[in-house]
Amino acid sequence: MSKIYAMYDDDATLLHGAEKLVSKGVRIKEVFSPFPIHGIDPVIGVRKTRLAICAFIYGLTGMSLAIIGMYYFMIYDWPMNIGGKPNYYMYQNIPAFIPITFEVTVLCTAHGMAITYLLRNKTLPGISAKNPDPRTTDDKFVMEINVNEAGMEEEVLINELKDSGAIEINKA
Amino acid sequence: MHVVEAEIREPLILGEKSYNDITEDVCAPIEGKANAMWYFVFGIAGLLALWGIGNILYTIGVGIGVWGLNKTVGWAWDITNFVWWVGIGHAGTLISAVLLLFRQRWRMAINRSAEAMTIFAVMMAALFPGIHMGRIWQAYWVLPLPNQFGSLWPNFNSPLLWDVFAISTYFSVSLVFWYIGLIPDFATVRDRAIKPLPKKIYSILAFGWSGKAKHWNRFEEVSLVLAGLATPLVFSVHSIVSMDFATSVIPGWHTTIFPPYFVAGAVFSGFAMVLTLMLVMRKVYRLEDYLTLKHVEYMNIIIMLTGSMVGVAYLTELFVAWYSGVEYEGYAFMNRATGPYWWAYWSMMTCNVISPQLMWFKKIRRNLVITFILSIVVNIGMWFERFVIIVTSLHRDFLPSSWTQFHPTYVDMGVFLGTIGLFFVLFLLYARAFPVLALNEVKTILRSTGEFGVKDKKVKG
Repeated sequence: MSKIYAMYDDDATLLHGAEKLVSKGVRIKEVFSPFPIHGIDPVIGVRKTRLAICAFIYGLTGMSLAIIGMYYFMIYDWPMNIGGKPNYYMYQNIPAFIPITFEVTVLCTAHGMAITYLLRNKTLPGISAKNPDPRTTDDKFVMEINVNEAGMEEEVLINELKDSGAIEINKA
Repeated sequence: MHVVEAEIREPLILGEKSYNDITEDVCAPIEGKANAMWYFVFGIAGLLALWGIGNILYTIGVGIGVWGLNKTVGWAWDITNFVWWVGIGHAGTLISAVLLLFRQRWRMAINRSAEAMTIFAVMMAALFPGIHMGRIWQAYWVLPLPNQFGSLWPNFNSPLLWDVFAISTYFSVSLVFWYIGLIPDFATVRDRAIKPLPKKIYSILAFGWSGKAKHWNRFEEVSLVLAGLATPLVFSVHSIVSMDFATSVIPGWHTTIFPPYFVAGAVFSGFAMVLTLMLVMRKVYRLEDYLTLKHVEYMNIIIMLTGSMVGVAYLTELFVAWYSGVEYEGYAFMNRATGPYWWAYWSMMTCNVISPQLMWFKKIRRNLVITFILSIVVNIGMWFERFVIIVTSLHRDFLPSSWTQFHPTYVDMGVFLGTIGLFFVLFLLYARAFPVLALNEVKTILRSTGEFGVKDKKVKG
């Protein structure tokens, strides 16, 4: 399957070019950029990430762990008499448990989310980079299109890309 | 390209820049060789660090009797230094998280280095409770491990244990937040590297980042959620640090104002440290176009604001000491201001309450020399604040027969100087190997807040 890489030197040019191409029925497979191009996601069909939902679930897990843990340590297993403060029941002791509950919630949410993010991105130590050109992490923006999915002849597509302001077109 | 921001706003990136210029400017120090000055400063910091490590080893080997602590003053420089370093750390999170939530774009040029500062400062802070344990090899006793490991469950009602959880959460979350922002920038450095070894190292550090649209989509979501988490976290951490004192029954410590007062003080000292580091960095790395006078001014305004909050807190403490009618409380504050440690109290008042008020003048806020001096003055003041709170509240015990003074030994001083050295060693290494500005973030604001927007290559070549 042959691919076409169209390189742009401006994020706005790429965005406008992508809008025009998509309106003509071209499916843009991927966009590589040195920083987030705001507004590109709906154009090329990148859906909103569900990472925040994961984060919420991790948070609930952390909160439950902390509460269950402290209930076990301080109420069930080995209640401690600290200055005679009421601690026989969970509800009496819960104000003192709030700081650690909060900290463990944040700990689990942040790390759970970060790990999920790295796994979903497949960005981990030892993985090699997939960007087609090293300049895409500096100041160039690249569109990747599968010729089969383009819905038009290769020649026509290349002309369309040139019209949209691409400065370089490579085939792979 | 036209400038999107209103004319009345000062640009955040000066000069005519293209995206590539930003990469070049930020990567130049990493790719070039360190100059003699760097080695000189690194050498001094390294010597201090070694001296500190020696003193720490001596403390661990012999016991904390080598410090100036005594029966009455059981907490002194160690906890002062601990709170001082944690406080310094707070500015990094404030800049990267709170200012992200408030969509303050000036944070983008500062957040990377401020977060690095946070991480190194929290490392220095965490050292002090560790060595204060005396038997540091039993530090794992603070973790909730079952009884066969040698103790009961730790006391979850104790603020000291809350602190263990708070500081470790804060450190690890800050580190993750920092690193996630660094990954795309390491990719930039990787793709520019020519020599094989640096290329290999940065390839590993960059985790194979390719800058796909979906990845950026997730990146922004993660940054936002982590900022949302780090914001309450940073406030909780210093609140909990303050509760180490506030939940005790020592006059001078037992006050409900402590959490907000400590948080304001932390932000105050942290911003001062950011300014100290940043003013040097912008000069040495020629980053004046990115760290502009406007950035300095914004930070000075925050210093003025938080300094005033700290000032109000000091006065409130005095008022409450009188208004509560508790004679012990009243005496503690009278003793602070007029007792044997009056000089520490008045140094604190001068440095923290009076000096930031100079920032009301625009000329002073935008004067780099005065800002630099004031940033150091503020940090001296904030060290004295913690010293005043800790030592002057303790040294005159309830029984006059226990009254005493605290005299630091050379080990106390050595450990403190050592952490300053170690902090600068870490920071200097960071400045040599890491992109000191968040490249990917600064590039996103070039079009809207750059002085000339994005440089148009087609017209100007």
